Formats: sequence, C-alpha cells, structure tokens
Amino acid sequence: MSDQAVSLPPATIGREASGPSGPKPRHRFSRRNIFLYGTLIVVALYYLLPLYVMVVTSLKGMPEIRLGNIFSPPLEITFEPWVKAWSQACTGLNCDGLSRGFWNSVRITVPSVILSIAIASVNGYALANWRFKGADTFFVILIVGAFIPYQVMIYPIVIILREIGLYGSLSGLVIVHSIFGMPILTLLFRNYFSSMPEELFRAARVDGAGFWGIYLRIMLPMSLPIFVVAVILQVTGIWNDFLFGVVYTRPDTYPMTVQLNNIVNSVQGVKEYNVNMAATILTGLVPLIVYFLSGKLFVRGIAAGAVKG
Amino acid sequence: MTAIANPSVSIQDLSLNFGAISVLETLNLDVAEGEFIVLLGPSGCGKSTLLNCIAGLLDISEGRIFIKGKNVTWEEPKDRGIGMVFQSYALYPQMTVERNLSFGLRVAGLAKDEIAKRIARAAEILQIEPLLQRKPAALSGGQRQRVAIGRALVRDVDVFLFDEPLSNLDAKLRSELRVEIKLLHRKLENTMIYVTHDQIEAMTLADRIAVMKGGVIQQLDAPQTIYNRPVNRFVAGFLGSPAMNFLEGRLEKDKGDWQFAVEDVRIPLATYTFEKEPAPGPAVFGIRPEHVAFNSGAGWPFTATTSVEVVEPMGSDTLVWLKLGGQNFTVRVTSERTPNNEDTVGIGFDPMRASLFDAQTGNRL
Repeated sequence: MSDQAVSLPPATIGREASGPSGPKPRHRFSRRNIFLYGTLIVVALYYLLPLYVMVVTSLKGMPEIRLGNIFSPPLEITFEPWVKAWSQACTGLNCDGLSRGFWNSVRITVPSVILSIAIASVNGYALANWRFKGADTFFVILIVGAFIPYQVMIYPIVIILREIGLYGSLSGLVIVHSIFGMPILTLLFRNYFSSMPEELFRAARVDGAGFWGIYLRIMLPMSLPIFVVAVILQVTGIWNDFLFGVVYTRPDTYPMTVQLNNIVNSVQGVKEYNVNMAATILTGLVPLIVYFLSGKLFVRGIAAGAVKG
Repeated sequence: MTAIANPSVSIQDLSLNFGAISVLETLNLDVAEGEFIVLLGPSGCGKSTLLNCIAGLLDISEGRIFIKGKNVTWEEPKDRGIGMVFQSYALYPQMTVERNLSFGLRVAGLAKDEIAKRIARAAEILQIEPLLQRKPAALSGGQRQRVAIGRALVRDVDVFLFDEPLSNLDAKLRSELRVEIKLLHRKLENTMIYVTHDQIEAMTLADRIAVMKGGVIQQLDAPQTIYNRPVNRFVAGFLGSPAMNFLEGRLEKDKGDWQFAVEDVRIPLATYTFEKEPAPGPAVFGIRPEHVAFNSGAGWPFTATTSVEVVEPMGSDTLVWLKLGGQNFTVRVTSERTPNNEDTVGIGFDPMRASLFDAQTGNRL
C-alpha cells in the first residue's frame, strides 16, 4: 500500500489519492488481543473451575461421587442433597439443616446493615459538611480503628456484652457488626459527600434547611450510588463473617457460616460431599445475588467514593 | 466614605482570620437601600469571603453586620433576609425547577397557595414558566442561572447576594444576563451585592464599586470616579482593558511648575490636579491608552514623536505599542487610523486625564 502511495505522480496526490482514510482497521486476532483475552479466559477458568466442581458434585448421588470423577457431569441429576442441606442436615442437636442458620443470618445482617449505614452516612455527612472543631482528629481516630486487628478486641467485647447483658444474643452481634463497619463506611461516605459541590450545601443553608433537613432532603436523594456500595460491602461482609458469629452467639443463634462449618466438619457417619457442596453454595448465594443485581451501581459508587480524599 | 443615613447593609469593623491568616481586616462598608454594590478584585482578595460573611455562611472573627438595621452577626443565613445566587448555580439536581424554587419556602412552612403565588411571580419575572417541570440537568447554563436567581427572588428578601453568577457562562450569554440583572434590579429596587472579578460587569452594573485587594477595600466609589480617579496604582492597573500606561520617573519642579521627567521626556503637569501639594522625587505617571491622541499634531499640553513597535488589531479599535521615555506605552486608535510597524508617529495628551502615584506607596498624588 505504502509503496503505491509514494510512487504516485505528484499531480494525483490530492483528494483522489488512495491511502489510509476513514476509521483505522482493527485486527481481531492481533497479538495484543490474543494475549489479553487469553489471560482473561485462563484467569476466569481458574476461578470458575471450583464452582463448576461444586455445582456438579452437589447434583450427584453419593454412589456416583464415590467413582471419583469429580469433573464429569452428573449422570443422574438429583436435588436431594440440596433439600437435605437446607432442611435436614444435622449440626449438633438440631437436624433442621441450614435453614435455621439462614434465618439467623438474615436477622443479623438486615439490622446490622441498616444500623451501620444509617449511622455512618450521618457521620460522613457531618465530617464532610459541618466542619466542627476537632473534626479531623475525630476522623483520624476513626480511621485508625480500621487498622486494629479484630483479635485484639474480641475478649474485651465479650466482657462488655456480658456486662450489658447482650452476650449470646443476636442484638449483641448486631451492635458488634455495626461498630466494626463504622470506620470504612464513614470514610466512604465522607469522601462521597466531600465530592459534592459545596455551593449546594450553602444554597440549602440560605434556603433555611438545617442539619437534618439538608441531609434528608438534599444529600440523601443524591447519594444512591454510595449507598449501594455501602449495602454491598456490609451485606457481604456481615453475611460472610465467621469469627464474630462463632464468638458472640450461642448454637441456636449461630449464623449460616458457622452452621455450614458445623455441617461440613461433623465427624459422625459418612462425608456427604454432595450435601456439603450444596450447603456451601447455598451459603454463598446471598452475596453472589447481591453482586449480580447491583454490579453496575457498585462500580459507579466505588469510583464516585474514591475520587476525592 | 460618606455616611449613609439608613444603610440596608452595614458592615462594621469586620475581621476574619483563618488561624494565623487574616483574610479580612477591620472592614467597614455601608450599602444604601436599593443600591447595587459590586465587590471587585482579583482572586483571593477576600471578596467572596466577605459575601459569605454577609450571608452568614462563614463565622466572623470580629465586628458586626447589620441588615436593615438589625444586628445579624450571630443569625443563621435564613434569618438574615438575604437571597443568594452562586457561581455554579447550586440547583438541587434531583428536584424540578418548581421544587427548587419552592424548597426554601417549604422548609419555612409557608402555605401552599402562597408558595404557588410567589413561584408564579418569580417565573413570570424571569420568564422561566415553561421550564418549571424540568430537572436542572435539562436546562442550559443561562436557564440554570435564571432559576438560581429565581430561588433568591421567591424568598422575598431585602438583600440579594450574587457570587460571581455569570462566570460559568459563555461571553454572549454573560452580556445578555448582565443586562437582565440590571433590568431586574431596576424593577425590584432591592439592595444587591455582587461579587465579580470581571471589570466590565462591575462597570456596567454597579452604582458603586468596592475594589478589594488583600482583604481591604482599596476604593469605594462610583464606577466613573474609580475609572478616572483611581486612589492608588493597584486600582488604576486593575480597571481598564487595555490596561493603563505606567511610566516610572521623577516629579520635578521647573520654574515654579511641576513636571514629570522620564529620561529626556518632560511632561508638564500644569493641568493636573494634585490631591495635595507634592514633593519632588520618584513617582509613577499613569494614563489610559484611550486618553492619548494619535497623529494629531499640536494643541495638546504634551506631544511627542516616537516609532511604532507592534500593532494589535482588536476589531473595533487597534492597540499600538510604542516606546516613550524608553518604556512601553500603548495608544488606542480607531481601526481606520491603524499605522504600520516602525512608522514614526506623533502622540499627544492632556495630563489632566492622567493619574500620578507615589513610587513607594502607590497612592495617588
């Protein structure tokens, strides 16, 4: 192509001249694309393979599992293990499956998420817009809280909960989750509210709105993305929590994760791999669904919250 | 500063410090009822800060603020009887125009029919009736700013505060809205305090301009006075485009008459009115490019012949750069009389229109 262009007599070089014009052609199988997509596919497979094995195993009967072909699809699909995992598997004295733990987790997660986000959003709003004296110090202390290892605080919190009579109850765990969510959520909300134009806040003050008026009527309606991020962070974080669940609750109030552990690790009888797999997938389903439903908003919110510090 | 009998806004000995940094220093300003005051100055001169203090959005360090004779120093913004218009419009994005306008009234708990009445009036004055059900995102810049003005309008207040309201608009819209604001002021007869760094806005809108620098009002006067008799070199240089010519030289007395000397150039000052009897010494001579006549021969108290260095056509006029006394000197001429580079030309002016400043303090002599 280029030789041709060069060899053209000068008179024809002009509007009629051939040569590159219009959009640059793209090569589907360029080296860059092969490398890029190849890497992505390999990584995706790496992550998806265990999930595949879990789903396949959970749909097999025990005799089929004993054959040992873990990658082969089920010859005979059965949902028996799922039913058993949900409603019949035994943990200790109870034999009502994961359902008990599921409802416990719901009772823990829902109030914890609402409480922690409600408090943290007001915290962030106050820190961003109502710069009170010592606000920065307060903020630093709060952030330092995010770096203290949980293990250090477990025992003191046990004592505190015991003293106020909440040890072993669901409300005790709700309070613990709300407190531990505070540093990161406050940071998230503070940064988001700081990125909003300050003149908006001033205009609302001139219009006569007070602390709560501005928060509820101006700031809240504008902050859906960051609330979605906070909800996702908290739902997955609290749902997946094991440590606090096992420490601060009793067997009949164990969250789903603790119960899953008890089902999978129970030593009596045969290992029912299919039931274990089904139980694990069931437990992981809630965060998974949350991610799928809110993926786009999540990315948008993360970007919005991270822009300004 | 002349005392005003019943000032609409009165700022007394106002100071504001952020830590060790002093932003405003014992500032005094009286604004008459129905007056249009423009606070003009470069970025960081404290003009917006002063406006925010008047609005009550910033706590002041010292002094008092009166609005309509009431001491509002410790009052909340909403209780001060002010409406404010912001540079970024600051419209609530999730509300329609109508909800934006009514927000303050709803917060104040006004009756529904009263709210509707006020919105109808504001929408009519600003001609935004067709936009009432739209969200701010669906409005153009000019429409947004009109809604922002409307939000101040519905509050039915005595004092309007504008914080660089036209800075975000393009040049054409800016001049249109400038006229609209002027008409609005004539119609409403409210007191208006308007912050800008744009000298054309200041000159066209203001009854009086307060030129600010470093948290201090340098000069507070009618636009023409500020333009023609600037109190110091800063004010002289800040106002006017193209900027005033400054020649650095010496003030001398020659046979009983004052004259200004730069190298071999002698400018007689017989027609210049001194503020007070001056003393000989270094000084700065300032004259605006449009006050210099071009190729006009004799008849001026001062004439000189020099050569053209650069010619800058600006459309309606042409700016001609010369050297006078070895220093840069510009002359504004009409387009028809544009000379060529390196032409030798004669210039002349009357020092009556000039300004003389002390070389050290920069104050007018």
